[in-house]
Parts: sequence; C-alpha cells; structure tokens
Amino acid sequence: MTLELFRIDDRLIHGQVVVGWGHPCDLSFFVLVDDAIADAAWEQELYRMGTPEGMEVRFETVAGAAAHLAEYRADPRCGMLLTADVETMARLVEQAPDIRAVTLGGLHHAPGRVQRLRFVFLSPDDEARLRALAARGVTVAAQDVPGSTPVPLDEVLAADGSA
Amino acid sequence: MSEPRAAVVAGHGAFAEGLVSAVAAVIGPAHGLIGVTNVDATPEGILARLRDAVTASGASVIFTDLPAGSCTMAARRLARTHPGLAVVTGASLPVVLAFAAGTPLEAAVASGRAALVLAEGGA
Repeated sequence: MTLELFRIDDRLIHGQVVVGWGHPCDLSFFVLVDDAIADAAWEQELYRMGTPEGMEVRFETVAGAAAHLAEYRADPRCGMLLTADVETMARLVEQAPDIRAVTLGGLHHAPGRVQRLRFVFLSPDDEARLRALAARGVTVAAQDVPGSTPVPLDEVLAADGSA
Repeated sequence: MSEPRAAVVAGHGAFAEGLVSAVAAVIGPAHGLIGVTNVDATPEGILARLRDAVTASGASVIFTDLPAGSCTMAARRLARTHPGLAVVTGASLPVVLAFAAGTPLEAAVASGRAALVLAEGGA
C-alpha cells in the first residue's frame, strides 16, 4: 500500500472518489494538489467536512506535493493524489518525473472543451499536455470508477464522445 | 391549503428527478421542489445550476445526496453567499416529503433520520 493513484478530476474530492474508489481501494488519505486551495482555509474546511471519518486530506501546492511525494509514497496506507486539471498534473510530473501513471477521472463540460468520453471533455491545450505526458513515458488512461475498463489515451483522443 | 415551500433537491444521476417524482406521487404536483443533477457539469456548472434554481424558486433549502458529493460542495459554496439558505445532506424521501408537506425543517430532518431503520434481517 502506498500513494499509487494519480487522478485528474475537476470535482476533486467528491462522491465517486470517496465512495467509488475509497471503499474498494481502502483509501485512507487524499493529497489534494491545488495552488489556490492550498492557501484557502475555507475551501480546505469544505473538503475536510465532506470526507468521512478516518480519511485524511492533505493540501499541497504543486511544489509542496513534489517535495513531499517520497513521504506520501512511504506511507503504509493507500492514498490518492488529485488535481483539478491537466495543467496542474503536468506541472507536478515536471517536478516529480517518477510519476509513471495518471488517470483521467472526470473533466466535465466547459467552454472550449470537446467531449471525448461520457466523463471526459478536453480542450486543445489539455490534449497537447496529455500527449506530452505520454511522450515522456507516463501511462495515461481514462477511468471514472474502479469497475470500469481503463481507456488508453490514444483511444480517448480518438473518441467522439458517444462512448 | 398552504402554499408549497420551495426547495431544491440536488444529486447524482437522476436522484433529484426521482425524488421529486416520488414526492409528487405522494402529495401531488404542487410540491415546490426543483430537481438539479450534477451530470456532465464542472463544479462551477453545478454551482450555476443551483444558483439558478434557488433564484427561480426562492428556495430556502437545498437537499443533497452524499455529504462528500459535488452537489453538496456546490450547495455549501452557494450558502456561503446566501444567508439563510440551509443545506441538508443525505436526503431521502421521508425528509424531503416531510418538508414539502409543511413540517419545519429541523423536524423534517429528524423524521428523515428516524425513518432510516433496519426493519428486517441483518447480521
């Protein structure tokens, strides 16, 4: 057990993460990486209040997460690291190149984004950053819940949103 | 007959639609409830849907499904800028029905909690 799940999800900590992943994967801690939330006490309290007892939430900037990644990986419990967007995860991988796999968990409809899967909408910038991650050897796949089949990045980018 | 009290019901998938439909089946169509789903929406999108629903209905309460759910997060963000707007999580038919039927909010919440019973079986 360790920090082994790196997820991009614009909802960050929410039902699908806490219940959908939390129960079957026995998650005990979340590392929420967001430069703004790391400096926003009220937002942190909001996420803590929504997290069940026994699940710990750590708030980090990108630089802080990269600096503390080895500690999180040494944690005997199972954990998940979350960013709300591709850009933040890409910056983290830049500073922590030993991250080898990233999951697209949920990026929803917003202006400038095109629907690729039921739960994945991407902008051209998102797609370029994901291709760059893959080019450096990071395995990128889309998977909303543990019971669904991971969709590799090349299939995500080729999809038209009907799947 | 008293005016229905406005409330918003929000949650995953068709949770809100189903709950509002169930209330309508019990007390009729004049129930004052508006359903909101989080389907396909970013956190900002969910917040906008809730804001629109509260503004349109004059609701004083938002009922949500999961305490850690995205609708709850958005509802609490909205309540921060709407003094007097209550947020009730873990909503069920008993609590929403009680509120829609005129029970004061705290008593409705208590009745919803009391309705959750392991009626038969178990380990």
